[in-house]
Amino acid sequence: MVLVLIAIWVVLDVLTHGLFLTPRNLYNLSIQTSVGAILACGMVFVIVARQIDLSIGSLIAFTGVLTAFAQVNWFEGHPTASWVLSIAIGLAAGIAVGMFQGWWIAYRGIPALVVTLAGFLIYRGAAFMLADGQTIAPLDETYQRLGGGSAGSLGVAASWLLGALGCTWVAWNVWNTRRERGKYTETPLPAWLDVVKVVLGVAAILVFVAVMVSYPDRRQLDENGNGPGMGIGIPVLLLILVVVVLSFLAHRTRFGRYVFAFGGNPEAALLAGINTRLLVVKIFVMMGILSGIAAVITTARLNAGANSIGQLAELYAIAAAVIGGTSLAGGVGSVPGAVVGALIIWSLDSGMVILDVGSAPRQIIIGLVLIAAGWFDIAYNKRHSR
Amino acid sequence: MKISRIWTLALVVLAATGTASSAFAQTVGVSWSNFQEERWKRDEGAMKAAIEKAGGKYISADAQGSNEKQVADIENLITRGAKVLIVLAWDADAVVPAVRSAKAEGIPVIAYDRLIQDKDVFYLTFDNVEVGRMQARGVFAKKPTGNYVFIKGSPTDPNADFLHRGQLEVLDPAIKSGKIKIVGEQYTEGWAPEVAQRNMEQILTKNANKVDAVVASNDGTAGGVVSALRAQNLVGIPVSGQDGDIAALNRVALGEQTVSVYKDARALGEAAGSIAVQLAKGKKPKDVAGATTWSEGTKKIPMTSLFLKPVPVTADNLDYVITGGWATKAQVCKGVAAAKAPKACK
Repeated sequence: MVLVLIAIWVVLDVLTHGLFLTPRNLYNLSIQTSVGAILACGMVFVIVARQIDLSIGSLIAFTGVLTAFAQVNWFEGHPTASWVLSIAIGLAAGIAVGMFQGWWIAYRGIPALVVTLAGFLIYRGAAFMLADGQTIAPLDETYQRLGGGSAGSLGVAASWLLGALGCTWVAWNVWNTRRERGKYTETPLPAWLDVVKVVLGVAAILVFVAVMVSYPDRRQLDENGNGPGMGIGIPVLLLILVVVVLSFLAHRTRFGRYVFAFGGNPEAALLAGINTRLLVVKIFVMMGILSGIAAVITTARLNAGANSIGQLAELYAIAAAVIGGTSLAGGVGSVPGAVVGALIIWSLDSGMVILDVGSAPRQIIIGLVLIAAGWFDIAYNKRHSR
Repeated sequence: MKISRIWTLALVVLAATGTASSAFAQTVGVSWSNFQEERWKRDEGAMKAAIEKAGGKYISADAQGSNEKQVADIENLITRGAKVLIVLAWDADAVVPAVRSAKAEGIPVIAYDRLIQDKDVFYLTFDNVEVGRMQARGVFAKKPTGNYVFIKGSPTDPNADFLHRGQLEVLDPAIKSGKIKIVGEQYTEGWAPEVAQRNMEQILTKNANKVDAVVASNDGTAGGVVSALRAQNLVGIPVSGQDGDIAALNRVALGEQTVSVYKDARALGEAAGSIAVQLAKGKKPKDVAGATTWSEGTKKIPMTSLFLKPVPVTADNLDYVITGGWATKAQVCKGVAAAKAPKACK
């Protein structure tokens, strides 16, 4: 899928006469993708556990309006408290909704499709009623930085620091995997393969940081149009944190192993003594938290809480997870894959806007890519099971 | 055949009794599509007041977003003695059979805000093409030359195209003469502000920020546009909108948005109430003051229609929405610097 992404980028870059692969467009793309990618990462867990969540778009609208509402109406005049507490309230609402949905699904046996379809209707209605259909704006200045707009990035030094951390982690991870593999098998992978992995990973991180810091900050331009670089956007930082935490959960914790075990074979998981009901509740709580984070980024970026945000977010999240290799049959899925899936979708979507492609053909093309991904999934699995 | 004849007879009898009793009370039946939306409560208040002032009686039903329920609601309203119907259609086509049965009983029908295509229906709405013209005029007055961007509404909403038609009507001469160049044009799925923001970001990238004015079709999309402009330090170029969103009125006061075309729901409700009572008293639809014949629906059926004029709210007439009670001065003028404040904020 990474190769597909690169191919799409090259094609879009050629068609836009070099406009697509500019620091400016890539910075925007990184911000535009972050919300969809965060949701797709959570959706991986949901789908791996053989569930579905159709409510997240509406939940984003609800938690987004609630966060904005709390900030403007309850904590007005308290600069720090207003944005910190309002985010806490939004996330708490996400957790509460996740528990509510998870309980109906796990303890009352209603299919997730039904419960979350109900949620799809309920939360957008709630978002509307909460603010009488009004858009709430403007929001706190510090809060707005979370959306990646002006002053919404890490700056040059912190970006390189984060990049260095990432490179160290890649190297450590490859070395660690090699060492652990050595414990169980006589034939380790060839050393050159691990070297290639490290080099590719480090190069990707360094190129990414270099591109982000070469996009000048619009507020501090000199007369030649140069200025200090933006660096990594804060929404992207949040996405990285989500990916790190969820990857850790998936591979290093009991919770993650249980999710994959449950998705692979629910009955076996139950017979093995896993509390599968609580597990499902936990998954939906996680999705609620991620929806809350997505709502924070969307409202901060827009500088407004509106009940119309997040439409179709659930479907794009499912699409990104599937394009990224998550199997709707359950048990199989990857968090980084979902990020790549989201990048493919938003690269196509925003790249085609530069090309003046209307919304209808854009939807058709993204739909076709989804079918191609599904077909690839099936063809690949067939070959492997032979 | 027999049954339908009995029905026809029953209808004729009903219609006859209807005409007979209309001299006493003009009961106006109102069928709402989905009353949950805050917006319709404002309409209802004004409508009810206008009906009662004219000596009528207000009865209503809410279809809660269901075609079947709306059809049943309309039948119920007729049974409850409605002499005239105001219908806010949930689905403009699905409601037609119910409208026909009302017609069969001689009950006039007013299509409220949403078009119902039938030659005997009275269509009352705001002039959406005029909204588009006002948006374009507001922006054009500030920036008569340069690179323009259209951020249109939802591709599934016919109003989005009415608006765009009005916008083009105003700008067409300047586009033809080359004074205005269209450098970007996109629909906004679901009128979602974050979609408008993303599209605007890409259009700015494509044009290396050489954008001089943005004709956005409502206040939500205008909000997305302004956020995209802020990230490029371009806030201040003309941007249009509509709805009189409080957030948008605040942007107008701050100088971030040029115009928000305001459709006063109470004016529409009031007009519907008074026209309904007139029709119940036997006035011909054609004779209602201001009524015209309009045939630009998709089926091109000529209909008697009345289009209310919206109000373009700019920095110069912000007090219109404040004195009208739509928004408070504190809401509209939040964060406005005294030196640059429009007169409504002083």
